Amino acid sequence: MRVVLPRAGDPAITPALVAEHGITELEYERLVNMLGRTPTFTELGVVSALWSEHCSYKHSRPLLKTLPTTAPWVLQGPGENAGVISVGDGLAVAFKIESHNHPSAVEPYQGAATGVGGILRDVFTMGARPIALLNSLRFGPLSSSRVRWLFAGVVRGIGDYGNCIGVPTVGGEVVFDPSYEGNPLVNAMCVGLMREDELIRAVASGVGNPIMAVGARTGRDGIHGASFASEDLSTESEAKRPMVQVGDPFTEKLLLEASLELIRSGSIVAIQDMGAAGLTSSSAEMAERGDVGVTIDVTKVPVRETGMTPYEILLSESQERMLVVAKLGHEDEVRAILGKWDLEAAVIGEVIAEPVYRVTEGDVVVAEFPGSRLVTECPQYTIDGKESAALKAARAKDASMVPALPEERDHSWTLERLLSSPTIASKAWVWRQYDSTVRTSTVRGPGSDAAVVRLRGTDKALALCIDGNGRHVALSPRNGGRAAVCEAARNVACTGARPLAITNNLNFGNPKKPEVYFQLSEAIAGLGEACRVLETPVTGGNVSLYNENPQGAIHPTPTIGMVGLIESLSHVTPSAFQHVGDTIVLLGEPTAELGASEYLLAIHGLTIGAPPACDPTIERKLIDGLLEAIRAGVVCSAHDCSDGGLAVTLAESAIVERDAMHGFSVDLSHWAMLPHRALLFGEAHGRVVVSTANATAVLSIAQRHGVPARIIGTVTAPQEGVRFTISDDAFAAPVEWLARAFHDAIGVTMDGETPAEHAVVAAHVPSND
Amino acid sequence: MKAGIVRFPGSNCDEDAFNAVAETLGQEAVYCWHKDHDLQGADLVILPGGFSYGDYLRPGAIARFSPIMQEVVAFARRGGPVLAICNGFQIACEAGLLPGALLRNSNLRFISAPVQLRVESIATPFTSRYHIGEVITVPIAHGDGRFTADPDVLARIEGAGQVVFRYVNASGDAALSANPNGSLRNIAGIVSAGGNVLGMMPHPERALDPLLGSIGGVALFTSLLDALMTRAGS
Repeated sequence: MRVVLPRAGDPAITPALVAEHGITELEYERLVNMLGRTPTFTELGVVSALWSEHCSYKHSRPLLKTLPTTAPWVLQGPGENAGVISVGDGLAVAFKIESHNHPSAVEPYQGAATGVGGILRDVFTMGARPIALLNSLRFGPLSSSRVRWLFAGVVRGIGDYGNCIGVPTVGGEVVFDPSYEGNPLVNAMCVGLMREDELIRAVASGVGNPIMAVGARTGRDGIHGASFASEDLSTESEAKRPMVQVGDPFTEKLLLEASLELIRSGSIVAIQDMGAAGLTSSSAEMAERGDVGVTIDVTKVPVRETGMTPYEILLSESQERMLVVAKLGHEDEVRAILGKWDLEAAVIGEVIAEPVYRVTEGDVVVAEFPGSRLVTECPQYTIDGKESAALKAARAKDASMVPALPEERDHSWTLERLLSSPTIASKAWVWRQYDSTVRTSTVRGPGSDAAVVRLRGTDKALALCIDGNGRHVALSPRNGGRAAVCEAARNVACTGARPLAITNNLNFGNPKKPEVYFQLSEAIAGLGEACRVLETPVTGGNVSLYNENPQGAIHPTPTIGMVGLIESLSHVTPSAFQHVGDTIVLLGEPTAELGASEYLLAIHGLTIGAPPACDPTIERKLIDGLLEAIRAGVVCSAHDCSDGGLAVTLAESAIVERDAMHGFSVDLSHWAMLPHRALLFGEAHGRVVVSTANATAVLSIAQRHGVPARIIGTVTAPQEGVRFTISDDAFAAPVEWLARAFHDAIGVTMDGETPAEHAVVAAHVPSND
Repeated sequence: MKAGIVRFPGSNCDEDAFNAVAETLGQEAVYCWHKDHDLQGADLVILPGGFSYGDYLRPGAIARFSPIMQEVVAFARRGGPVLAICNGFQIACEAGLLPGALLRNSNLRFISAPVQLRVESIATPFTSRYHIGEVITVPIAHGDGRFTADPDVLARIEGAGQVVFRYVNASGDAALSANPNGSLRNIAGIVSAGGNVLGMMPHPERALDPLLGSIGGVALFTSLLDALMTRAGS
């Protein structure tokens, strides 16, 4: 390679400096071999970003390659800014999930806000207009004041960004568990809509075409954000707060409109978000995909402060910027479109035939790499995984032997406690801060099993959800991986949608540890198994590793973003009971499994036992049967069993709509031989509670699909309360008492008071009647 | 009828307003760019919701200086109907088209929720198809919706029947607990002294389809159509 002389003023390359950049000795050796010389400081910075875990997927790529990624409806699989699927009528849906865990751990507001900004850009750079946002959040227990600060900041950050840009936040999940105390998880998903012919890919092409920087100017914020996200959190992490980028949703809104206009104008060949590792990764990745060379002059990059070095300009993660490859001769059209939206566009380089990645400062070359090797040369690691002895021992513990508390003699006490557990309780406190109705297409917003967003101009709708259960994965990674996909698919199906495809966010600890690598490889294997059986390929996603702090790693948490299609708006099905007198049918079978349940955590503070077994083949039958029943018009409501088990599922169907609550009376005596705690609160998979006016039809459809189904009771008026009978073990509770537990728990914790409009209800004395 | 929907940088309910006119009313709608001086012959102007200019300085404070606002103000002074929704309401107050101001919500948070409104006046071109005292459900989604005004201004608009919508509970009472954002006297929407400019924080354009939860906004748009047709016919 060309000799590139060190730039005046740059530090000398020393082993300490190399280590500071997170580059191992082996990696440094590969770098020197690739260049045939010592790298410059700028080159070291470029490589530290591109070879960071965040950008290179060096510990996960071999595993990710095992996932299924194709189906006839997949238009774009992994490797692009976002995956794209066809939904018929010439329409396509782009969607992707991304994490902003590390920044949110030290600066929750900006960390979460810029997470939303980044995922929006990933979707609109495919040519799609964002139509929905979802998020998946994990925090430690709300009893900690720091957790409450993180939680409130993250929610405000997500809200302020999405609200301002005018994309509705339609769904998501929030889970509280001690394992996330030091490492909150913030995963954001965006879904966009376009015509199939509007799809554009981030592939640089056309020698001589100009490369343009578009949008906000480049500043010194976020430098090394990608590397920061690729190491464990520590006591020094607080000092890295300046590495967290600062977002401006107003600029993003302008950039969104300008980018879509730019794509539709035909003046450009490629566009990519300057996200993690900024200009460096966007330009290197576009060149690598197009198998061309690029040259970039950093002095032409619009900057917002003086004296920025090439190193800083290349690694800045300033937000709301795009890299565009324009068609030669169309530069003025690009400038005009950006100008209309009061944004800048500047030519900063060009596509070249020579297979090199070259950065200059004026006429002086400050970095030069042999083309695509810069991206492909990054080493990939496979570790010998080994299950943690502690987790193995925890799984081996028999959950049924956990002694019941004296209060548990009254199951209604347990039910009320579970409904007020922040993981299960209503998240209205959260989503009242998110605009969920802008764009006037939200048929079902937050609080449903899955969100439903109509596709204007058709009779169709999308069903969207995010799901994951780290506790289940921790105690049995492969089964947990399967379960994460199956639960997401169940949720989507409950609204009347056929699951189509997923995007996933793999949140794990330090992969260099055999115990973490074991979790990662097993969970991915489980995801793949379920995706193959359910025919929901993976179209992209994100990997977030090093979610560790001195107290340990988080629960391994794959979160699944699922997109499903509702063929007709008449199929949209709610999770709440609809009419007094409807029959309640349980699809699927209760089991004796109680391990890894929210019950054990919320009531006993335990994370033990074998999680319920998840069999995707059974789930597939359940989903097929449920969808046939919904399409036959015989299902009034459908709600899947997950956290808190059957009792919580039934209670939620009764109380979730606070202005239209119901009671119910169920008889579970058929399963009286099961331990009653497991029957009521165990989290066995493959179950959905439906209410129907035509139980005969539901039972016969279920039978045809080989799905166990049984009538368990009737929907009643709210004043009848909720009533359970398990042979001689019967209990009841007033609806309003349970509703207050469910609806007010988080608000009371966060604001220290009962919301005024609901401060009623006489005291309830639980009873065994 | 032709509706001109003003598009500021940061407007994000412009498309929803456009669809309300084009789909619900089946009338012509055009976008009016903030840098232009052209209302394109519209006989109704809608200032849509959003975050014009990022809400920098304070909501509506920069938008009022847009070139297009000179035309909107002149149009309103001539008696032309202006529907100002959410951020549009904030802009209309800043531009002096409506009395009062909108402050940060009393809980200091953004609030997105369906709310109930009581129709306080049907003697406006926006509300003739409602009944007095009718309770409708319409979503709100704002961070700065707390209506405030000086005591004498408040007395004047109350006295002149300029309060058009109030936040109420399901029984139609303007109770404190039904007030989502701390607005004075639960005020959700007001008209100008001339009655031709309506500012409201709730989003009637989001309440036009039973599929989305409520149809409380339909009568507002059909009232407007009535008024404009009558004007055209007279």
